[in-house]
Amino acid sequence: MSTLLIRGGRIIDPWTRRDEIGDVLIEHGKIIAVGGQLSAPGAEVIDASGLVVAPGFIDLHVHLREPGMEHAETIETGTRAAAAGGFTRVCCMPNTCPVNDSATVTGYILERAERFGLVKVHPIGAITIGTQGEDLAPIGTLKHAGVVAISDDGHPVMNARVMRRAMELARSYDLPVIDHCEDLTLSAGGDMHEGVFACRLGLRGIPDVAEDVMVARDLLLASFTGARLHVAHVSTRSSIAMIAEAKRRGVSVTCEVTPHHLALTDEDAVPYDSNFKMKPPLRPREHVEALRQAVAEGVVDAIASDHAPHTGYQKMQEFESCPFGVIGLETSVSVALDVLYHGGYVDLIRLVELFTAGPARVLNLQDAGRLAPGLPADITILDLEREWIYDVNRSYSKSKNSPFHGRRFRGAPVMTIVDGRVVWQQVQQPAVHGTGASLSQGRTTAA
Amino acid sequence: MPKGLLGIEDLDRTEIEAILQRAGEFQALQRGEFRRLDTLKGKLIVNLFFEPSTRTRTSFEIAAKRLGADTITLTAAGSSVVKGESLVDTLNTLGAMHPSAIVMRHKASGAPHFLARHLNIPIINAGDGTHEHPTQALLDARTILDHKGRLEGLRVAIIGDIAHSRVARSNIYLLSKFGVEIILCGPAPLVPPELARIAPGVRIEYDMREAIRDVDVIMMLRVQLERQHETSFPRDEYFQFYGLRLEHMELAKPDVIVMHPGPINRGREISSEVADSQRSVILNQVENGVAVRMAVLERILGEA
Repeated sequence: MSTLLIRGGRIIDPWTRRDEIGDVLIEHGKIIAVGGQLSAPGAEVIDASGLVVAPGFIDLHVHLREPGMEHAETIETGTRAAAAGGFTRVCCMPNTCPVNDSATVTGYILERAERFGLVKVHPIGAITIGTQGEDLAPIGTLKHAGVVAISDDGHPVMNARVMRRAMELARSYDLPVIDHCEDLTLSAGGDMHEGVFACRLGLRGIPDVAEDVMVARDLLLASFTGARLHVAHVSTRSSIAMIAEAKRRGVSVTCEVTPHHLALTDEDAVPYDSNFKMKPPLRPREHVEALRQAVAEGVVDAIASDHAPHTGYQKMQEFESCPFGVIGLETSVSVALDVLYHGGYVDLIRLVELFTAGPARVLNLQDAGRLAPGLPADITILDLEREWIYDVNRSYSKSKNSPFHGRRFRGAPVMTIVDGRVVWQQVQQPAVHGTGASLSQGRTTAA
Repeated sequence: MPKGLLGIEDLDRTEIEAILQRAGEFQALQRGEFRRLDTLKGKLIVNLFFEPSTRTRTSFEIAAKRLGADTITLTAAGSSVVKGESLVDTLNTLGAMHPSAIVMRHKASGAPHFLARHLNIPIINAGDGTHEHPTQALLDARTILDHKGRLEGLRVAIIGDIAHSRVARSNIYLLSKFGVEIILCGPAPLVPPELARIAPGVRIEYDMREAIRDVDVIMMLRVQLERQHETSFPRDEYFQFYGLRLEHMELAKPDVIVMHPGPINRGREISSEVADSQRSVILNQVENGVAVRMAVLERILGEA
């Protein structure tokens, strides 16, 4: 179908602050017109009345595990999960096997994405060879091959001099540097947030200061080098305060927060359940509240899932042996709608911005994150009131490690359109009468 | 999940009292002529020790045998674990042999809790990492009762590497449920401030002389070099600041008792003079280990 008319939806475009009922017309994969009552004889019509029509959502931090760890996820399964979560684009971190530290690997990922990807895939290149933190990767070559940022996610660059040089190069190539801020000497051996719950459970802690020390270093280096710094998955009160302060001083810094750090505290984790084990770890309530406030105040630029698939047997071990990370592509938008929008922290334009214009600005994507004639027709449609319960066993991801299994959500994506093609839509289901715990109703509890 | 014993934190006071009461009845049996009961006749108990243990393993075995159960003891060194089998697979294999209960010790905190969610066999925690050692706390409580006649209103100092001690955690949970005033003491990196918040009635004191002032019980902990992941205190000055010596004893109540879960390091955390003194009840603790574990096994497997 070459012509598609999305009729009667509430169009939200944070880029232009548009919020109005109207139509969107798509032809040959491009947006032709936005707003008002449009007519297109012979077009396929999608009735969007009662729904929200937004620019295609972008997740700038996922792990697709291909190449090398296809038992946990592939570009095909990961992008299916992305589509089912309302995302039209995802950015995949370089910690594959081999690491994406060369044009060859970048090219491989793009080629596989072209053939098997249900949504668009933007690779992120490594900062150092093998993410070993020592020798710089060929950053210019990676940029030419198609990476949208560089990061040693998961194996943060500990050597400040190496980070300085990487930032200088990244600045010259106009690439953002994404850092997973963790001082490995302070976090070493830790399994969850260092606090009273880790203490009770006899688990070694990851102190919040392990993150804060690195955020401070990176902000100073970004200020010193003039590079664009993007702080991944901010989880602490002090880190977000330092970022806010740096932004006020004009430092070129952006940041993202994950849905799980916005929704869950260390207290919510089921003891020794590795579906609650991730880095940074879930933090206490005061940190979660600080993050929500920072989102409301505009300090946070994007929400990113840090979708990190691990297979069942990897997560079926002694807690201290289990790898870090949880999946999140299919729950990210619903967590945000439930906690932030229905929770009263943000209005709808701001909520949508966190998934569209926000990440597009972080990565300097010119053709994404807004609704304008001539741009690719990447569109996400939301139902703000849809109540549903997440069943991880029905996930499109190859892995099932989610802390949100059994949770009830209010609000969900219902359709994902990429280049004018409907790549996913919610199958109509009977109204939910289950008993899953609700995120917006006070403290979250395990269902 | 079948009833086992994973930790003290989840037990209520009534249940603890029942175990301690029953252990008291078994004490007499210990001291008299050996008599084997047949309470657990026909039951099979697997003792699975992934970490070295002398006291706990032996006393679980004796306790099971005195109740008439059959026991098998496996240690990690001689099992399929060294061939790379995962914990779940090991336990599933054992589970397929249908034991009545599994007693397990493991170096990972929460290992028994994780297995209890996946296996349909009662699991008794014989020490998990730096988390809990419930039967040790029960036998310690039994020993205090033997000497003091009560737990309520006592003041107990626990001294040493609290952060890495499962014995300390289980004792804190247990004593706190009985309104005991608990003072934790040791080098600051081994006694983090959040320990004061894990149960009511706990406070932290970094000066050992202050910690033991007017206490009824001093519990010394072993300096666990094998659990130190870093140099968190200067080793050579440990004894000077946190080693229990005779000169300390006059600060405590005149009838103070000194406890230690063993094995003791003479000259590191406790002087020989104190370890061998009249105030030391270390061997009573060992003796009570069997009685308490009999009570625990009977409670878990007895009625079925």
